[in-house]
Amino acid sequence: MLRLEGVTKRYRVGTFGSRELVAVRDVSLEVRPGEVVALIGQSGSGKSTIGRMVLRLTSVSGGTISFDGTDVAGLKGARLRAYYGHVQGVFQDPFSSYNPVFKADRTLELVRETYFPRLGERPWRDKVEASLAAVRLDPGQVLGKYPHQLSGGQLQRLLVARALLLDIRLLVADEIISMLDASTRIDVLNLLGDLKARGLGILFITHDLSLGNYLSDTAVILHRGEVVETGPAEQVFARPVHPYTRSLLASVPQLHHKWERTGHGSWEPAGEGA
Amino acid sequence: MNVTDSDELATATPAAAAATPVTLAAKVRPGREALYFARRNRKLVLGLGVVLVFLAVAAAGPLVNPHGPNEYVGPPSQRPSAAFWFGTTMFGQDVFAQFAHGLRATFLVGLLGGGLAALVGMLVGFTAGWRGGTVDEVLNMLTNVVLVIPTLAVLLVIATYLRVRGVVPEAIFIGLFSWPWVARAIRAQTFSLRTRDFVDLARLSGAGATRIVFREIAPNMSSYLFMTFILLFGTSVLTAATLDFIGLGPTDGMSLGLMMNNAVLWSALPLGMWWWFVPPGLGITLIVGSLYIMNVGLDEVFNPRLREL
Amino acid sequence: MSLRVDNLKVWYRTLRGEVRALDGVSFTIADGELVGLAGESGCGKSTLGKSLIRLDGRMRHVDGSVELDGKELPIGDSERMNGFRFKEVSIIPQYAMSAMNPTRKIGLLVAELLASRGERPAAVRDELLRRLALVGLEPEVLDRYPIELSGGMKQRMVMVISTLLNPSLLIADEVTSALDVSTQKAVAETLVELRDRNVVKSTIFITHDLSLVYQIADSIIVMYAGRLAERAPTDALVGSPRHPYTRMLLAALPEVGVRFADQRLEGIAGSPPSLLNPPAGCRFRDRCPLAVARCAEQPPFVEVAPDHYVACWKAS
Repeated sequence: MLRLEGVTKRYRVGTFGSRELVAVRDVSLEVRPGEVVALIGQSGSGKSTIGRMVLRLTSVSGGTISFDGTDVAGLKGARLRAYYGHVQGVFQDPFSSYNPVFKADRTLELVRETYFPRLGERPWRDKVEASLAAVRLDPGQVLGKYPHQLSGGQLQRLLVARALLLDIRLLVADEIISMLDASTRIDVLNLLGDLKARGLGILFITHDLSLGNYLSDTAVILHRGEVVETGPAEQVFARPVHPYTRSLLASVPQLHHKWERTGHGSWEPAGEGA
Repeated sequence: MNVTDSDELATATPAAAAATPVTLAAKVRPGREALYFARRNRKLVLGLGVVLVFLAVAAAGPLVNPHGPNEYVGPPSQRPSAAFWFGTTMFGQDVFAQFAHGLRATFLVGLLGGGLAALVGMLVGFTAGWRGGTVDEVLNMLTNVVLVIPTLAVLLVIATYLRVRGVVPEAIFIGLFSWPWVARAIRAQTFSLRTRDFVDLARLSGAGATRIVFREIAPNMSSYLFMTFILLFGTSVLTAATLDFIGLGPTDGMSLGLMMNNAVLWSALPLGMWWWFVPPGLGITLIVGSLYIMNVGLDEVFNPRLREL
Repeated sequence: MSLRVDNLKVWYRTLRGEVRALDGVSFTIADGELVGLAGESGCGKSTLGKSLIRLDGRMRHVDGSVELDGKELPIGDSERMNGFRFKEVSIIPQYAMSAMNPTRKIGLLVAELLASRGERPAAVRDELLRRLALVGLEPEVLDRYPIELSGGMKQRMVMVISTLLNPSLLIADEVTSALDVSTQKAVAETLVELRDRNVVKSTIFITHDLSLVYQIADSIIVMYAGRLAERAPTDALVGSPRHPYTRMLLAALPEVGVRFADQRLEGIAGSPPSLLNPPAGCRFRDRCPLAVARCAEQPPFVEVAPDHYVACWKAS
């Protein structure tokens, strides 16, 4: 369904753009219908850039991103809007995703203006309530409220509901639960699991390996813009091959399993600019 | 993530239990909260009060006082009295009538000139901030050029060449030269707001550039835009008064600057006719000063950090 | 060193009233203990950390006392606390990475700080270099500006600065939140090093990440809505938690190896109560599956097993 082939992103940095920063280098991956692909990397790995390129928020420097065989880079106008009818995104900071001067459900109204301009009031209400029910939100609790009156978990779910209004086939979830509390995280994660069961493909971008493992079918490990390891999630986590993946898994704190103390001189984290 | 308040403050309302910062000020609806503080801000209330008083005089004055500004209505050089509230000029014109009509011109210039400058500034600022790249470079160049042009000098030159000048053209010229700093500031704000998540989400909803700029970004700057307009109003009034004072103002009608010009020309000061130049001078000072004070007050209203708890 | 906190109440003034961020907290910390203070946002853990060093002017010390090594800490008085800061009690604040003045070279920053504490920078220089080596930083870093360092390096630098005067008590407030997994591990292990080498006596490690605190803490305190919920030695708390909140929280943590298809984890429905007007009795009552009528009365924080304290009627 979604296919990235040799995707590269270059930025010009420094005075007068004299230097070049390669944020993403030659990345290839695939998301099939109903599949959850976990894109795992630490900060600076380029994972968010990939998400933004898939969502056409950032341009692609090299390689192709195709959806159902069509290259998404050239889409404009009506065809771009059609693309957004199939592919949507949810971002990390729930409070930043809402315009602070308006009510939270205005974000649903924006969708209506573009995609359902001629829909009547009653059918629109029904549609909204169906979406909210799918994310297990009570319409009475979230409609008509300002963003600061709702919790982070509710806001993120509302964003998923917004995406569901469009009958999408792919969701790009960029660190969507990183800013939520532990007790609410799992609920949003379970929600994604239910949606996956209904056939939604998800590109799940995260830095947290345990989260990546809980939900995903395929794991793609990203380091400094390059894919270092990829494969079925269970295999990658149980029997990592690449040294970077190994060191990552060794550094993840887990309950019921203490770190091996490396003692003094443990300041050699694998390649990160620490 | 930039947490400056601790999370305990963030959960002071029942449902806001997220691990992200929510400032104190955002607990209540932004509009209502602004009104609450606006009513209690002395500077704002005082400044607004003074301006409204003058506005009332401008609106009602000519209705109450039947004399035209240039009519010869009475004995010349009279002190203020019951008959002529502000006395008469050297030619027997009613100073109060001139004052009231002059106020009208003042407010008109402020509105038109300030409004035009605000419009141009917003257009240039939003376009440069949203598009970036070459468009931004070009608009920046334009902004810088207009910024360094000595406004008064150019206005003088233009005014000298025109035989007949009206209030409206004067306002338009002033407006065309006062916008650069507005454009700069709006551009900077637009740059920073452009990268916010809700703008990305608006793009994902298929919204076009115009819709995003005017319906997502601009509302977030509404307080700033409002304050900008007030400042531009004030500077337009001041510039117009300056032009009028040196005799390059409108050739028809009356304005406060023109009153002062006449007063100086006909030696009101040496002759002790204070009632001729004090009202217009004081009027301009008070109006512009009050507008600036209002601005400071508005800044306190809109910026939570400047308030006292 | 010993720390004794007795019925500490610290509230915040806000426009809408007083937020009772810390509402009656009592515990002790022994010499050399690394205590993890865990909880979700709004539970009061940050307030507790900051109140021990009084770094936030909006806090109002309402009740209770704090005793460090037998001396009462003047936590209600910012002026008098100045004598204790950095020398007896020190803090590594949240987002320490932005805590360094970007226009100053780091060496100058350290010298100014020492001078303000009445210490001569030259006298401390050797120790400073030793500490830098301890955390893996080169002496050249003193000649750099903060912007030239990476996030992890800045974090380590702030750790060195905060512990330079050998405080008895170190408060580490969410020092690992913004870091990568590998740097997180290194920073956490440095905290243990600092304690092991007697640079600091005891440490309070504040975090929302239970699995991280499990790795390095001797004992863990779990907070909820301004009160203590449970306190136990690390293995006891994670192995046999007694408070329903702790249990549900631990059950909501996905781990490597746990998959949605096999085992669906459950979160905790609802959200913490408002601290502007908190309900009477146990604050977890509304979300607790074990709540009974008795929970309308606040359960005391009592010892149910050696060193294991719980505030729950059902557990005691």
